[in-house]
Amino acid sequence: MSSRSTRISLAVWSVLVIAFLWIPLVVIALYAFNSSNIQSWPIPGWSLHWFRMAWHDPDVRNAFLLSLKVGLATTGIALVLGTMAATAVARFRFFGRETVSFLLVLPLALPGILTGMALNSFLFSFAGITASMWTIVIGHATFCVVVVYNNVVARLRRSSPSLIEASQDLGADGWQTFRFVVWPVLSTALVAGGLLAFALSFDEVIVTTFTAGAQETVPIFILDNLRTGKNLPIVNVVAFFVIVLTVIPVVLAQRVMRDTGVTRRGAAEVTEGVEAAEIPAV
Amino acid sequence: MAADAGAFEAGPPGRRARLRLSGLLWRRPWLKALGLLTPPLAVFVIVYIGALSVLFVSSFWTVNAFTAAIEHTWTLANYRLIFSSGQPYLHIAALTLEIAAAVTLTDAVLAFPLAYFMARLAGGRTRAILFVMVLLPLWSSYLVRVYAWQAMLSHDGAINWWLNKLGLPDQNLAYTNWAMWIVFSYVWLPFMVLPVYAGLERIPDSYLEASADLGARGFKTLRSVILPLALPGLVAGSIFTFSLTLGDYITPLLVGGPSSQFIGNVVYDFVGINANVPFAAAFATIPLLIMGAYLLIARRLGAFEAL
Repeated sequence: MSSRSTRISLAVWSVLVIAFLWIPLVVIALYAFNSSNIQSWPIPGWSLHWFRMAWHDPDVRNAFLLSLKVGLATTGIALVLGTMAATAVARFRFFGRETVSFLLVLPLALPGILTGMALNSFLFSFAGITASMWTIVIGHATFCVVVVYNNVVARLRRSSPSLIEASQDLGADGWQTFRFVVWPVLSTALVAGGLLAFALSFDEVIVTTFTAGAQETVPIFILDNLRTGKNLPIVNVVAFFVIVLTVIPVVLAQRVMRDTGVTRRGAAEVTEGVEAAEIPAV
Repeated sequence: MAADAGAFEAGPPGRRARLRLSGLLWRRPWLKALGLLTPPLAVFVIVYIGALSVLFVSSFWTVNAFTAAIEHTWTLANYRLIFSSGQPYLHIAALTLEIAAAVTLTDAVLAFPLAYFMARLAGGRTRAILFVMVLLPLWSSYLVRVYAWQAMLSHDGAINWWLNKLGLPDQNLAYTNWAMWIVFSYVWLPFMVLPVYAGLERIPDSYLEASADLGARGFKTLRSVILPLALPGLVAGSIFTFSLTLGDYITPLLVGGPSSQFIGNVVYDFVGINANVPFAAAFATIPLLIMGAYLLIARRLGAFEAL
Protein backbone atom coordinates (compact mmCIF):
# COMPACT_ATOMS: atom_id res chain seq x y z
CA MET A 1 0.00 0.00 0.00
CA SER A 2 2.72 2.41 0.91
CA SER A 3 5.04 3.06 -1.96
CA ARG A 4 8.59 1.79 -2.11
CA SER A 5 10.11 5.21 -1.48
CA THR A 6 7.91 5.76 1.60
CA ARG A 7 8.98 2.42 2.99
CA ILE A 8 12.66 3.15 2.41
CA SER A 9 12.48 6.60 3.99
CA LEU A 10 10.63 5.20 7.01
CA ALA A 11 13.31 2.53 7.39
CA VAL A 12 16.07 5.12 7.17
CA TRP A 13 14.31 7.32 9.72
CA SER A 14 13.96 4.35 12.08
CA VAL A 15 17.65 3.52 11.80
CA LEU A 16 18.56 7.15 12.55
CA VAL A 17 16.29 7.34 15.61
CA ILE A 18 17.68 4.04 16.94
CA ALA A 19 21.21 5.38 16.40
CA PHE A 20 20.22 8.53 18.32
CA LEU A 21 19.05 6.31 21.17
CA TRP A 22 22.20 4.18 21.27
CA ILE A 23 25.17 6.40 20.39
CA PRO A 24 25.28 8.20 23.78
CA LEU A 25 25.17 4.86 25.60
CA VAL A 26 28.05 3.51 23.50
CA VAL A 27 30.06 6.71 23.99
CA ILE A 28 29.70 6.67 27.76
CA ALA A 29 30.50 2.95 27.92
CA LEU A 30 33.72 3.62 25.97
CA TYR A 31 34.74 6.38 28.39
CA ALA A 32 35.04 3.75 31.14
CA PHE A 33 38.11 2.41 29.28
CA ASN A 34 39.68 5.85 28.92
CA SER A 35 43.30 5.91 30.13
CA SER A 36 43.28 9.70 30.63
CA ASN A 37 41.38 11.45 33.42
CA ILE A 38 40.25 14.17 30.99
CA GLN A 39 36.91 13.67 29.27
CA SER A 40 37.80 14.58 25.70
CA TRP A 41 36.84 13.03 22.37
CA PRO A 42 38.32 11.08 20.68
CA ILE A 43 39.56 9.00 23.60
CA PRO A 44 43.37 9.31 23.68
CA GLY A 45 44.20 5.82 24.97
CA TRP A 46 42.71 2.67 26.43
CA SER A 47 43.19 1.17 29.87
CA LEU A 48 41.50 -0.83 32.61
CA HIS A 49 43.18 1.32 35.25
CA TRP A 50 39.94 3.00 36.41
CA PHE A 51 38.18 -0.32 36.83
CA ARG A 52 40.79 -1.24 39.43
CA MET A 53 40.47 2.15 41.12
CA ALA A 54 36.68 1.92 41.25
CA TRP A 55 36.83 -1.64 42.58
CA HIS A 56 38.92 -0.55 45.56
CA ASP A 57 36.99 2.68 46.21
CA PRO A 58 35.06 2.31 49.52
CA ASP A 59 32.49 4.95 48.51
CA VAL A 60 31.65 2.99 45.37
CA ARG A 61 31.37 -0.26 47.30
CA ASN A 62 29.11 1.26 49.93
CA ALA A 63 26.91 2.86 47.30
CA PHE A 64 26.47 -0.44 45.44
CA LEU A 65 25.78 -2.28 48.68
CA LEU A 66 23.16 0.25 49.77
CA SER A 67 21.48 0.26 46.34
CA LEU A 68 21.40 -3.52 46.36
CA LYS A 69 19.84 -3.66 49.85
CA VAL A 70 17.30 -0.96 49.03
CA GLY A 71 16.44 -2.65 45.72
CA LEU A 72 15.88 -6.03 47.35
CA ALA A 73 13.78 -4.64 50.22
CA THR A 74 11.72 -2.52 47.82
CA THR A 75 11.17 -5.47 45.50
CA GLY A 76 10.02 -7.63 48.43
CA ILE A 77 7.51 -5.04 49.62
CA ALA A 78 6.32 -4.34 46.10
CA LEU A 79 5.77 -8.06 45.45
CA VAL A 80 3.70 -8.59 48.58
CA LEU A 81 1.59 -5.42 48.45
CA GLY A 82 1.27 -5.41 44.64
CA THR A 83 0.09 -9.02 44.51
CA MET A 84 -2.44 -8.51 47.31
CA ALA A 85 -3.96 -5.45 45.68
CA ALA A 86 -3.92 -7.12 42.25
CA THR A 87 -5.71 -10.23 43.54
CA ALA A 88 -8.39 -8.13 45.22
CA VAL A 89 -8.98 -6.00 42.13
CA ALA A 90 -8.91 -8.85 39.60
CA ARG A 91 -10.96 -11.37 41.57
CA PHE A 92 -13.55 -9.33 43.47
CA ARG A 93 -16.09 -6.71 42.56
CA PHE A 94 -16.45 -3.98 45.14
CA PHE A 95 -17.24 -0.33 45.48
CA GLY A 96 -14.30 1.88 44.49
CA ARG A 97 -12.46 -0.80 42.53
CA GLU A 98 -11.50 1.63 39.76
CA THR A 99 -10.20 4.07 42.36
CA VAL A 100 -7.68 1.51 43.61
CA SER A 101 -5.98 1.29 40.21
CA PHE A 102 -6.02 5.06 39.90
CA LEU A 103 -4.50 5.52 43.38
CA LEU A 104 -1.71 3.05 42.74
CA VAL A 105 -0.72 4.69 39.45
CA LEU A 106 -0.60 8.17 41.01
CA PRO A 107 3.05 8.06 42.19
CA LEU A 108 4.06 7.33 38.61
CA ALA A 109 1.71 9.81 36.94
CA LEU A 110 2.67 12.71 39.18
CA PRO A 111 6.10 14.33 38.84
CA GLY A 112 8.64 12.57 41.06
CA ILE A 113 9.57 15.78 42.78
CA LEU A 114 6.09 15.94 44.36
CA THR A 115 6.43 12.44 45.80
CA GLY A 116 9.94 13.29 46.95
CA MET A 117 9.21 16.51 48.79
CA ALA A 118 5.93 15.20 50.19
CA LEU A 119 7.72 12.22 51.73
CA ASN A 120 10.59 14.44 52.83
CA SER A 121 8.45 16.73 54.94
CA PHE A 122 6.13 13.92 56.03
CA LEU A 123 8.84 11.50 57.21
CA PHE A 124 11.42 13.89 58.60
CA SER A 125 9.43 16.90 59.85
CA PHE A 126 5.94 15.55 60.47
CA ALA A 127 6.68 12.01 61.72
CA GLY A 128 10.13 12.84 63.09
CA ILE A 129 11.86 9.76 61.62
CA THR A 130 15.60 9.97 60.93
CA ALA A 131 16.91 9.04 57.50
CA SER A 132 17.81 5.37 57.09
CA MET A 133 17.78 2.71 54.45
CA TRP A 134 14.08 2.29 55.18
CA THR A 135 13.15 5.88 54.38
CA ILE A 136 14.64 5.29 50.91
CA VAL A 137 12.73 2.01 50.65
CA ILE A 138 9.42 3.73 51.51
CA GLY A 139 10.03 6.28 48.76
CA HIS A 140 10.83 3.61 46.18
CA ALA A 141 8.00 1.29 47.21
CA THR A 142 5.36 3.96 46.42
CA PHE A 143 6.04 3.68 42.70
CA CYS A 144 7.33 0.07 42.51
CA VAL A 145 4.11 -1.49 43.84
CA VAL A 146 2.28 -0.53 40.66
CA VAL A 147 4.80 -2.33 38.43
CA VAL A 148 4.11 -5.65 40.15
CA TYR A 149 0.40 -4.82 40.38
CA ASN A 150 0.14 -4.25 36.60
CA ASN A 151 1.88 -7.50 35.75
CA VAL A 152 -0.16 -9.58 38.19
CA VAL A 153 -3.52 -8.02 37.28
CA ALA A 154 -2.86 -8.71 33.59
CA ARG A 155 -1.97 -12.33 34.35
CA LEU A 156 -4.96 -12.94 36.66
CA ARG A 157 -7.38 -11.55 34.09
CA ARG A 158 -6.16 -14.19 31.65
CA SER A 159 -6.35 -17.14 34.04
CA SER A 160 -9.60 -18.67 35.21
CA PRO A 161 -10.71 -18.31 38.85
CA SER A 162 -12.38 -21.73 38.54
CA LEU A 163 -8.91 -23.33 38.80
CA ILE A 164 -8.87 -22.37 42.47
CA GLU A 165 -12.40 -23.67 43.04
CA ALA A 166 -11.42 -26.95 41.41
CA SER A 167 -8.40 -27.21 43.68
CA GLN A 168 -10.55 -26.65 46.76
CA ASP A 169 -13.19 -29.12 45.58
CA LEU A 170 -10.41 -31.69 45.38
CA GLY A 171 -9.61 -31.07 49.04
CA ALA A 172 -6.55 -28.86 48.87
CA ASP A 173 -6.06 -26.36 51.67
CA GLY A 174 -5.06 -22.73 51.15
CA TRP A 175 -1.34 -23.40 51.10
CA GLN A 176 -1.62 -26.34 48.71
CA THR A 177 -3.85 -24.34 46.40
CA PHE A 178 -1.32 -21.56 46.45
CA ARG A 179 1.68 -23.85 45.92
CA PHE A 180 0.27 -26.03 43.13
CA VAL A 181 -2.31 -23.83 41.40
CA VAL A 182 -1.81 -20.12 42.06
CA TRP A 183 1.99 -20.07 42.01
CA PRO A 184 2.46 -21.82 38.64
CA VAL A 185 -0.01 -19.36 37.10
CA LEU A 186 1.53 -16.28 38.66
CA SER A 187 5.23 -17.13 38.96
CA THR A 188 6.50 -15.63 35.71
CA ALA A 189 4.40 -12.49 36.16
CA LEU A 190 5.85 -12.12 39.67
CA VAL A 191 9.43 -12.70 38.52
CA ALA A 192 9.07 -10.20 35.70
CA GLY A 193 7.34 -7.63 37.91
CA GLY A 194 9.96 -8.09 40.62
CA LEU A 195 12.85 -7.66 38.17
CA LEU A 196 11.33 -4.48 36.76
CA ALA A 197 10.69 -3.11 40.26
CA PHE A 198 14.32 -3.82 41.16
CA ALA A 199 15.60 -2.07 38.03
CA LEU A 200 13.36 0.90 38.77
CA SER A 201 14.56 1.17 42.37
CA PHE A 202 18.22 0.73 41.44
CA ASP A 203 18.03 3.66 39.03
CA GLU A 204 15.88 6.13 40.98
CA VAL A 205 17.33 9.60 41.67
CA ILE A 206 14.71 12.27 42.24
CA VAL A 207 12.69 10.73 45.08
CA THR A 208 15.90 9.35 46.62
CA THR A 209 17.53 12.79 46.90
CA PHE A 210 14.63 13.76 49.17
CA THR A 211 14.50 10.63 51.34
CA ALA A 212 18.15 9.53 51.63
CA GLY A 213 19.51 12.13 54.02
CA ALA A 214 23.30 11.83 53.87
CA GLN A 215 23.33 8.24 52.53
CA GLU A 216 24.61 7.52 49.04
CA THR A 217 22.94 5.07 46.66
CA VAL A 218 24.64 4.52 43.32
CA PRO A 219 22.65 7.22 41.47
CA ILE A 220 23.25 9.66 44.34
CA PHE A 221 26.98 8.86 44.23
CA ILE A 222 27.02 9.63 40.50
CA LEU A 223 24.96 12.80 40.92
CA ASP A 224 27.12 14.17 43.74
CA ASN A 225 30.30 13.62 41.74
CA LEU A 226 28.81 15.10 38.57
CA ARG A 227 27.75 18.24 40.45
CA THR A 228 31.19 18.77 41.88
CA GLY A 229 32.99 17.50 38.76
CA LYS A 230 35.13 15.20 40.90
CA ASN A 231 36.16 11.57 40.35
CA LEU A 232 34.76 11.54 36.81
CA PRO A 233 36.92 8.58 35.65
CA ILE A 234 35.50 6.51 38.51
CA VAL A 235 31.99 7.73 37.70
CA ASN A 236 32.56 6.47 34.14
CA VAL A 237 33.27 2.95 35.40
CA VAL A 238 30.27 3.08 37.76
CA ALA A 239 28.10 4.29 34.86
CA PHE A 240 29.32 1.36 32.77
CA PHE A 241 28.27 -1.11 35.46
CA VAL A 242 24.96 0.62 36.07
CA ILE A 243 24.06 0.28 32.39
CA VAL A 244 24.95 -3.40 32.45
CA LEU A 245 23.18 -4.00 35.78
CA THR A 246 19.91 -2.32 34.85
CA VAL A 247 19.81 -3.95 31.44
CA ILE A 248 20.19 -7.51 32.80
CA PRO A 249 16.91 -7.53 34.82
CA VAL A 250 14.99 -6.14 31.83
CA VAL A 251 16.36 -8.74 29.42
CA LEU A 252 15.61 -11.45 31.99
CA ALA A 253 12.08 -10.13 32.51
CA GLN A 254 11.48 -10.26 28.75
CA ARG A 255 12.87 -13.80 28.60
CA VAL A 256 10.69 -14.98 31.44
CA MET A 257 7.56 -13.57 29.86
CA ARG A 258 8.43 -15.06 26.48
CA ASP A 259 9.04 -18.51 27.90
CA THR A 260 5.45 -18.69 29.09
CA GLY A 261 4.49 -19.08 25.44
CA VAL A 262 2.62 -15.81 25.26
CA THR A 263 5.23 -13.84 23.34
CA ARG A 264 3.04 -11.06 22.10
CA ARG A 265 1.13 -10.63 25.33
CA GLY A 266 4.32 -11.02 27.27
CA ALA A 267 5.83 -8.13 25.39
CA ALA A 268 2.68 -6.15 26.02
CA GLU A 269 2.90 -6.83 29.74
CA VAL A 270 6.48 -5.67 29.93
CA THR A 271 5.36 -2.59 28.04
CA GLU A 272 2.57 -2.06 30.51
CA GLY A 273 5.12 -2.13 33.28
CA VAL A 274 7.33 0.21 31.34
CA GLU A 275 4.59 2.62 30.47
CA ALA A 276 3.28 2.69 33.96
CA ALA A 277 6.82 3.16 35.07
CA GLU A 278 9.13 5.85 34.76
CA ILE A 279 7.18 8.73 35.57
CA PRO A 280 9.18 8.47 36.92
CA ALA A 281 11.25 7.72 38.24
CA VAL A 282 12.93 7.67 36.83
CA MET B 1 -6.31 -42.32 64.15
CA ALA B 2 -9.87 -42.02 65.45
CA ALA B 3 -12.95 -42.12 63.29
CA ASP B 4 -12.46 -39.74 60.44
CA ALA B 5 -14.55 -36.61 60.38
CA GLY B 6 -14.48 -37.09 56.61
CA ALA B 7 -11.60 -37.24 54.18
CA PHE B 8 -11.35 -33.46 53.96
CA GLU B 9 -10.74 -33.03 57.66
CA ALA B 10 -8.13 -35.79 57.83
CA GLY B 11 -4.54 -35.14 58.75
CA PRO B 12 -2.65 -33.28 61.45
CA PRO B 13 -4.38 -30.48 63.41
CA GLY B 14 -2.46 -27.74 61.57
CA ARG B 15 -3.90 -28.88 58.30
CA ARG B 16 -7.38 -29.06 59.76
CA ALA B 17 -7.15 -25.46 60.95
CA ARG B 18 -5.90 -24.35 57.55
CA LEU B 19 -8.80 -26.09 55.84
CA ARG B 20 -11.25 -24.43 58.18
CA LEU B 21 -9.72 -21.05 57.40
CA SER B 22 -9.93 -21.53 53.66
CA GLY B 23 -13.52 -22.71 54.07
CA LEU B 24 -14.36 -19.60 56.05
CA LEU B 25 -12.77 -17.36 53.47
CA TRP B 26 -14.57 -19.20 50.70
CA ARG B 27 -17.98 -18.70 52.33
CA ARG B 28 -17.32 -15.03 52.94
CA PRO B 29 -15.47 -13.64 49.89
CA TRP B 30 -15.77 -10.08 51.18
CA LEU B 31 -13.60 -11.09 54.14
CA LYS B 32 -10.90 -12.27 51.74
CA ALA B 33 -11.15 -9.13 49.61
CA LEU B 34 -10.94 -7.00 52.73
CA GLY B 35 -7.92 -8.92 54.01
CA LEU B 36 -6.16 -8.63 50.69
CA LEU B 37 -6.89 -4.98 50.16
CA THR B 38 -6.40 -3.51 53.61
CA PRO B 39 -2.60 -3.82 53.99
CA PRO B 40 -1.59 -2.31 50.63
CA LEU B 41 -4.22 0.42 50.76
CA ALA B 42 -3.57 1.30 54.39
CA VAL B 43 0.15 1.70 53.79
CA PHE B 44 -0.50 3.59 50.61
CA VAL B 45 -3.13 5.97 51.95
CA ILE B 46 -1.26 6.71 55.17
CA VAL B 47 2.19 7.19 53.66
CA TYR B 48 1.54 8.54 50.19
CA ILE B 49 -1.82 10.28 50.30
CA GLY B 50 -1.07 11.44 53.84
CA ALA B 51 2.24 12.94 52.78
CA LEU B 52 0.70 14.69 49.78
CA SER B 53 -2.08 16.12 51.94
CA VAL B 54 0.32 17.44 54.56
CA LEU B 55 2.32 19.00 51.76
CA PHE B 56 -0.70 20.70 50.23
CA VAL B 57 -1.90 22.01 53.56
CA SER B 58 1.56 23.32 54.43
CA SER B 59 1.55 25.48 51.28
CA PHE B 60 -0.86 27.76 53.18
CA TRP B 61 1.55 28.16 56.10
CA THR B 62 4.63 30.33 56.38
CA VAL B 63 8.11 30.12 57.77
CA ASN B 64 9.26 32.53 60.45
CA ALA B 65 12.12 34.53 58.94
CA PHE B 66 14.12 34.55 62.17
CA THR B 67 13.56 31.16 63.76
CA ALA B 68 12.98 29.22 60.50
CA ALA B 69 10.12 27.45 62.28
CA ILE B 70 6.89 26.76 60.40
CA GLU B 71 4.02 28.96 61.60
CA HIS B 72 0.65 27.28 61.38
CA THR B 73 -1.39 30.33 60.45
CA TRP B 74 -3.46 30.28 57.27
CA THR B 75 -2.21 32.64 54.60
CA LEU B 76 -2.01 33.00 50.83
CA ALA B 77 1.36 34.75 51.09
CA ASN B 78 3.25 31.97 49.30
CA TYR B 79 0.90 32.05 46.35
CA ARG B 80 0.96 35.83 46.22
CA LEU B 81 4.76 35.74 46.11
CA ILE B 82 4.73 33.36 43.14
CA PHE B 83 2.41 35.62 41.15
CA SER B 84 3.95 38.95 42.11
CA SER B 85 5.53 40.69 39.15
CA GLY B 86 8.95 41.46 40.60
CA GLN B 87 9.70 37.77 41.22
CA PRO B 88 11.29 35.29 38.80
CA TYR B 89 8.87 32.46 39.58
CA LEU B 90 6.33 32.95 36.78
CA HIS B 91 9.18 33.24 34.31
CA ILE B 92 10.66 29.97 35.60
CA ALA B 93 7.28 28.23 35.35
CA ALA B 94 6.90 29.52 31.77
CA LEU B 95 10.35 28.23 30.77
CA THR B 96 9.55 24.81 32.28
CA LEU B 97 6.27 24.65 30.36
CA GLU B 98 7.85 25.78 27.08
CA ILE B 99 10.61 23.18 27.24
CA ALA B 100 8.12 20.46 28.25
CA ALA B 101 5.93 21.35 25.26
CA ALA B 102 8.90 21.49 22.85
CA VAL B 103 10.19 18.13 24.10
CA THR B 104 6.75 16.52 23.71
CA LEU B 105 6.43 17.80 20.14
CA THR B 106 9.98 16.72 19.23
CA ASP B 107 9.46 13.24 20.62
CA ALA B 108 6.15 12.85 18.77
CA VAL B 109 7.85 13.77 15.48
CA LEU B 110 10.82 11.46 16.12
CA ALA B 111 8.72 8.56 17.40
CA PHE B 112 5.80 8.38 14.97
CA PRO B 113 7.66 7.19 11.82
CA LEU B 114 9.71 4.72 13.87
CA ALA B 115 6.60 3.37 15.60
CA TYR B 116 4.83 3.13 12.24
CA PHE B 117 7.72 1.21 10.73
CA MET B 118 7.83 -1.15 13.72
CA ALA B 119 4.09 -1.76 13.85
CA ARG B 120 3.15 -2.03 10.19
CA LEU B 121 6.17 -2.56 7.92
CA ALA B 122 8.83 -4.52 9.81
CA GLY B 123 8.76 -8.32 9.80
CA GLY B 124 8.43 -10.29 13.04
CA ARG B 125 12.16 -10.59 13.66
CA THR B 126 13.05 -6.99 12.82
CA ARG B 127 10.17 -5.82 14.95
CA ALA B 128 11.36 -7.83 17.96
CA ILE B 129 14.88 -6.43 17.59
CA LEU B 130 13.62 -2.85 17.25
CA PHE B 131 11.39 -3.35 20.27
CA VAL B 132 14.34 -4.36 22.43
CA MET B 133 16.46 -1.54 20.97
CA VAL B 134 13.82 0.95 22.20
CA LEU B 135 13.16 -0.80 25.50
CA LEU B 136 16.76 -1.09 26.71
CA PRO B 137 17.65 2.62 26.59
CA LEU B 138 14.43 3.32 28.48
CA TRP B 139 15.50 1.05 31.32
CA SER B 140 19.17 1.91 31.39
CA SER B 141 19.94 4.54 33.98
CA TYR B 142 18.38 7.96 33.43
CA LEU B 143 21.26 9.67 35.21
CA VAL B 144 23.89 7.90 33.13
CA ARG B 145 22.14 8.93 29.93
CA VAL B 146 22.06 12.58 30.99
CA TYR B 147 25.73 12.30 31.91
CA ALA B 148 26.52 10.82 28.49
CA TRP B 149 25.13 13.96 26.87
CA GLN B 150 27.00 16.20 29.30
CA ALA B 151 30.21 14.53 28.13
CA MET B 152 29.24 14.63 24.44
CA LEU B 153 28.11 18.27 24.44
CA SER B 154 31.16 19.60 26.27
CA HIS B 155 33.59 21.84 24.40
CA ASP B 156 36.04 19.06 23.45
CA GLY B 157 33.33 16.39 23.40
CA ALA B 158 32.12 14.09 20.65
CA ILE B 159 29.55 16.46 19.12
CA ASN B 160 32.02 19.20 18.33
CA TRP B 161 34.52 16.65 17.06
CA TRP B 162 31.95 15.29 14.59
CA LEU B 163 30.90 18.80 13.57
CA ASN B 164 34.53 19.64 12.82
CA LYS B 165 34.87 16.42 10.82
CA LEU B 166 31.93 17.55 8.72
CA GLY B 167 33.59 20.93 8.22
CA LEU B 168 31.25 22.81 10.57
CA PRO B 169 32.33 25.19 13.34
CA ASP B 170 32.18 24.38 17.08
CA GLN B 171 28.80 24.84 18.75
CA ASN B 172 28.73 25.84 22.40
CA LEU B 173 25.64 23.82 23.23
CA ALA B 174 26.64 22.76 26.73
CA TYR B 175 24.87 24.57 29.57
CA THR B 176 22.15 26.17 27.42
CA ASN B 177 18.40 25.72 26.99
CA TRP B 178 19.19 23.98 23.69
CA ALA B 179 21.12 21.36 25.61
CA MET B 180 18.14 20.81 27.94
CA TRP B 181 15.83 20.44 24.93
CA ILE B 182 18.12 17.84 23.31
CA VAL B 183 18.71 15.86 26.49
CA PHE B 184 15.06 15.79 27.59
CA SER B 185 13.96 14.76 24.09
CA TYR B 186 16.56 12.01 24.24
CA VAL B 187 15.79 10.55 27.65
CA TRP B 188 11.99 10.47 27.26
CA LEU B 189 11.84 9.35 23.61
CA PRO B 190 11.17 5.63 24.36
CA PHE B 191 8.17 6.66 26.48
CA MET B 192 6.63 8.12 23.32
CA VAL B 193 7.60 5.29 20.95
CA LEU B 194 5.98 2.45 22.93
CA PRO B 195 2.39 3.76 23.30
CA VAL B 196 2.35 5.08 19.71
CA TYR B 197 3.57 1.68 18.53
CA ALA B 198 0.84 -0.07 20.54
CA GLY B 199 -1.79 2.26 19.06
CA LEU B 200 -0.63 1.81 15.46
CA GLU B 201 -0.39 -1.95 15.82
CA ARG B 202 -4.06 -2.16 16.76
CA ILE B 203 -5.30 -0.56 13.51
CA PRO B 204 -6.76 -3.37 11.36
CA ASP B 205 -5.26 -3.74 7.88
CA SER B 206 -8.75 -3.68 6.42
CA TYR B 207 -9.17 -0.02 7.40
CA LEU B 208 -6.19 0.95 5.30
CA GLU B 209 -7.38 -1.24 2.43
CA ALA B 210 -10.82 0.34 2.62
CA SER B 211 -9.27 3.77 2.53
CA ALA B 212 -7.25 2.83 -0.57
CA ASP B 213 -10.30 1.25 -2.23
CA LEU B 214 -12.16 4.49 -1.72
CA GLY B 215 -9.39 6.24 -3.66
CA ALA B 216 -7.41 7.84 -0.85
CA ARG B 217 -3.72 8.24 -1.53
CA GLY B 218 -1.01 7.65 1.06
CA PHE B 219 -1.12 11.12 2.57
CA LYS B 220 -4.90 11.26 2.71
CA THR B 221 -5.01 7.87 4.44
CA LEU B 222 -2.40 9.04 6.92
CA ARG B 223 -4.32 12.20 7.75
CA SER B 224 -7.90 10.87 7.79
CA VAL B 225 -7.47 7.28 8.98
CA ILE B 226 -4.12 6.59 10.66
CA LEU B 227 -3.60 9.80 12.63
CA PRO B 228 -7.07 9.91 14.24
CA LEU B 229 -6.72 6.26 15.26
CA ALA B 230 -3.18 6.80 16.53
CA LEU B 231 -4.12 9.92 18.49
CA PRO B 232 -4.85 8.17 21.83
CA GLY B 233 -1.40 6.56 21.67
CA LEU B 234 0.24 9.90 20.92
CA VAL B 235 -1.61 11.55 23.80
CA ALA B 236 -0.66 8.69 26.12
CA GLY B 237 3.00 9.12 25.19
CA SER B 238 2.76 12.87 25.65
CA ILE B 239 1.56 12.37 29.25
CA PHE B 240 4.93 10.81 30.01
CA THR B 241 7.16 13.20 28.08
CA PHE B 242 5.30 16.24 29.42
CA SER B 243 4.97 15.17 33.05
CA LEU B 244 8.50 13.83 33.31
CA THR B 245 9.95 17.05 31.94
CA LEU B 246 7.71 19.18 34.14
CA GLY B 247 8.89 17.51 37.36
CA ASP B 248 12.59 17.17 36.56
CA TYR B 249 15.42 19.08 38.13
CA ILE B 250 18.41 16.84 37.41
CA THR B 251 18.78 17.65 33.72
CA PRO B 252 18.62 21.46 34.25
CA LEU B 253 21.17 20.99 37.03
CA LEU B 254 23.61 18.99 34.91
CA VAL B 255 23.29 20.37 31.38
CA GLY B 256 21.32 23.62 31.80
CA GLY B 257 22.91 27.05 32.11
CA PRO B 258 22.75 29.60 34.93
CA SER B 259 19.41 30.92 33.59
CA SER B 260 17.95 27.44 32.99
CA GLN B 261 16.16 27.04 36.31
CA PHE B 262 13.13 24.75 36.28
CA ILE B 263 10.22 24.62 38.73
CA GLY B 264 11.91 21.51 40.14
CA ASN B 265 15.18 23.34 40.85
CA VAL B 266 13.43 26.09 42.79
CA VAL B 267 11.41 23.54 44.73
CA TYR B 268 14.53 21.51 45.51
CA ASP B 269 16.42 24.57 46.74
CA PHE B 270 13.52 25.70 48.91
CA VAL B 271 13.22 22.28 50.54
CA GLY B 272 16.97 22.01 51.11
CA ILE B 273 19.10 25.13 51.26
CA ASN B 274 16.36 27.66 52.03
CA ALA B 275 14.44 25.36 54.40
CA ASN B 276 11.13 26.84 53.33
CA VAL B 277 8.87 23.87 52.66
CA PRO B 278 5.64 25.93 52.61
CA PHE B 279 6.84 28.01 49.67
CA ALA B 280 8.22 24.93 47.87
CA ALA B 281 4.84 23.26 48.37
CA ALA B 282 3.00 26.25 46.95
CA PHE B 283 5.25 26.37 43.90
CA ALA B 284 4.91 22.60 43.38
CA THR B 285 1.12 22.91 43.12
CA ILE B 286 1.66 24.57 39.71
CA PRO B 287 2.90 21.36 38.00
CA LEU B 288 0.32 19.43 40.03
CA LEU B 289 -2.57 21.54 38.68
CA ILE B 290 -1.19 21.50 35.14
CA MET B 291 -0.83 17.70 35.20
CA GLY B 292 -4.34 17.37 36.66
CA ALA B 293 -5.81 19.39 33.78
CA TYR B 294 -3.63 17.51 31.28
CA LEU B 295 -4.82 14.12 32.55
CA LEU B 296 -8.47 15.20 32.34
CA ILE B 297 -8.05 16.29 28.71
CA ALA B 298 -6.09 13.12 27.94
CA ARG B 299 -8.92 11.00 29.31
CA ARG B 300 -11.34 12.81 27.01
CA LEU B 301 -9.12 11.93 24.05
CA GLY B 302 -9.11 8.26 25.05
CA ALA B 303 -5.49 8.12 26.11
CA PHE B 304 -6.13 5.87 29.10
CA GLU B 305 -7.52 3.08 26.91
CA ALA B 306 -4.28 3.33 24.92
CA LEU B 307 -2.04 2.75 27.91
